[in-house]
Amino acid sequence: MEISLLSTSIFAFLVVNAMLLSASVLVYAERRVSGFMQNRPGPNRVGPLGILQPFADVLKFVMKEDIQPAASNTFIHALAPVLMVVIAMSVASLIPFAEGVVLLDIDVGVLMVLALTSVTVYGITLGGWSSNSKYSLLGGLRSAAQMISYELSMGLAVISVVIIAGTMSLPGIVEDQASGWAVLGWNAFRNPVGCIIFIVTAFAETNRAPFDLPEAEQELVGGYHTEYSGMKFGMFFLAEYVNWFVASFIIVTLFFGGYLIPFQPLLLAAIPALDGSLLLTLLQFGSLMLKVAFFAFLFIWVRWTFPRFKYNQLMDLGWKKMLPIALANTVVIAIGVAIFRSIF
Amino acid sequence: MALASVTFFALALIAIASAVGVLIARSPIYSALSLVLNLLSVAGLYLTMNASFIGVIQILVYAGAIMVLVLFVIMLLNLDALPSPRSIGWGPILGFVLGIGLLAQLLYVMLTSFGISLEAAEPVTTAMAVENGSANTLGQILFTEYALHLQVAAILLLAATVGAVMLAQRRFA
Repeated sequence: MEISLLSTSIFAFLVVNAMLLSASVLVYAERRVSGFMQNRPGPNRVGPLGILQPFADVLKFVMKEDIQPAASNTFIHALAPVLMVVIAMSVASLIPFAEGVVLLDIDVGVLMVLALTSVTVYGITLGGWSSNSKYSLLGGLRSAAQMISYELSMGLAVISVVIIAGTMSLPGIVEDQASGWAVLGWNAFRNPVGCIIFIVTAFAETNRAPFDLPEAEQELVGGYHTEYSGMKFGMFFLAEYVNWFVASFIIVTLFFGGYLIPFQPLLLAAIPALDGSLLLTLLQFGSLMLKVAFFAFLFIWVRWTFPRFKYNQLMDLGWKKMLPIALANTVVIAIGVAIFRSIF
Repeated sequence: MALASVTFFALALIAIASAVGVLIARSPIYSALSLVLNLLSVAGLYLTMNASFIGVIQILVYAGAIMVLVLFVIMLLNLDALPSPRSIGWGPILGFVLGIGLLAQLLYVMLTSFGISLEAAEPVTTAMAVENGSANTLGQILFTEYALHLQVAAILLLAATVGAVMLAQRRFA
């Protein structure tokens, strides 16, 4: 495999910057949409319609004093937010943005996504522990317990997708969904239970409401980042938004046809000249971004629709409901695929 | 090719340094974190050797699951750092160096007298490495040739899980 170092570096640079920018777009989107859902205007003073609000936020983070608790562990306290951002960004390298446009296509891409998200827990636990504060520690512990509990169901949902696709590479999984009429080839229709399980576990893995116990304001002040201020807090904040964005990408890639345009085979049959052209690549990228935008919106929507779980409900849901359903779904999918392959 | 060697040696250096760090760190947290770094760099080595499946599983299972639990226990017990070691005399250091020298000599004699070659019988090509390291090949071998071993390992793990639940519940009667 010949990789041109320069072109890969440029591509990686673009992806990282796109992710950084996306975080600011999401911050704006979340505050605005939350405002509309609560029947208030939301931030609308900085720039036209408040578009420059995220930049003002970042400026504020940079200008703020970096306060560190006296009894904290300096090195680990500084390491934790960096870990969070680095891991959140590195998952983005595995996402196929259009046909043939992917930074890193390895044959175990899906597993790599799971592996990287499972390492995210270090950032939160280390941040919580090193602050030497009871709120931070409780937040870190809750987060770690939650992520380990939901990782199993998430892994099983991914396995059911891998069984259908017969490959673990992310572009391979997207291409596998191209077959079938219009949008019926998408895994959301072939594997609806796995799809729902994956979306729910994605909410839990990103610590978003209704699974935001690690930073439950009413109980834990700010959770694992209570003792962080200035840009260190900004990095936790950034990592959370990037995680949310990347999770939307992974949901779309695994279950909603990734970069595939709905009715793509019909479109190609109608206009054969489009095949392999730059326009098709752009259309695919646009289609991917539209789907991702919907799921990014879904995260906000759910946040203001469902109340937060209690801790025992969270564990109940994870271990006694999601895990058995995910296991059963995997077995059913495996049997279904075996029967399907033996008939056709 | 040069880039591959550079990454290999960088990762190997990190792996060795972090392994030493596990042993000499006085604080259990730093020791555990060094072990995480070690596991990650070894996973990186697997990836550079085209064994991507094993590399990813290494991160997923060891770094992502097992070490998190270890770290958890250390944090909850809030173990203090060990006191700094007493200064070591020249005797143990001299003994260590001599021991390493003797080991190297013994290994050399064994290699030459039994005619063991460190080179592979046939040169390994990249295509072969990719083929052997893929999840497909591993799965085929595990579920056909080593199916019995797999089942035995699975039962062993099941017994351990049931045992853990039993111990946690503390109902022995």
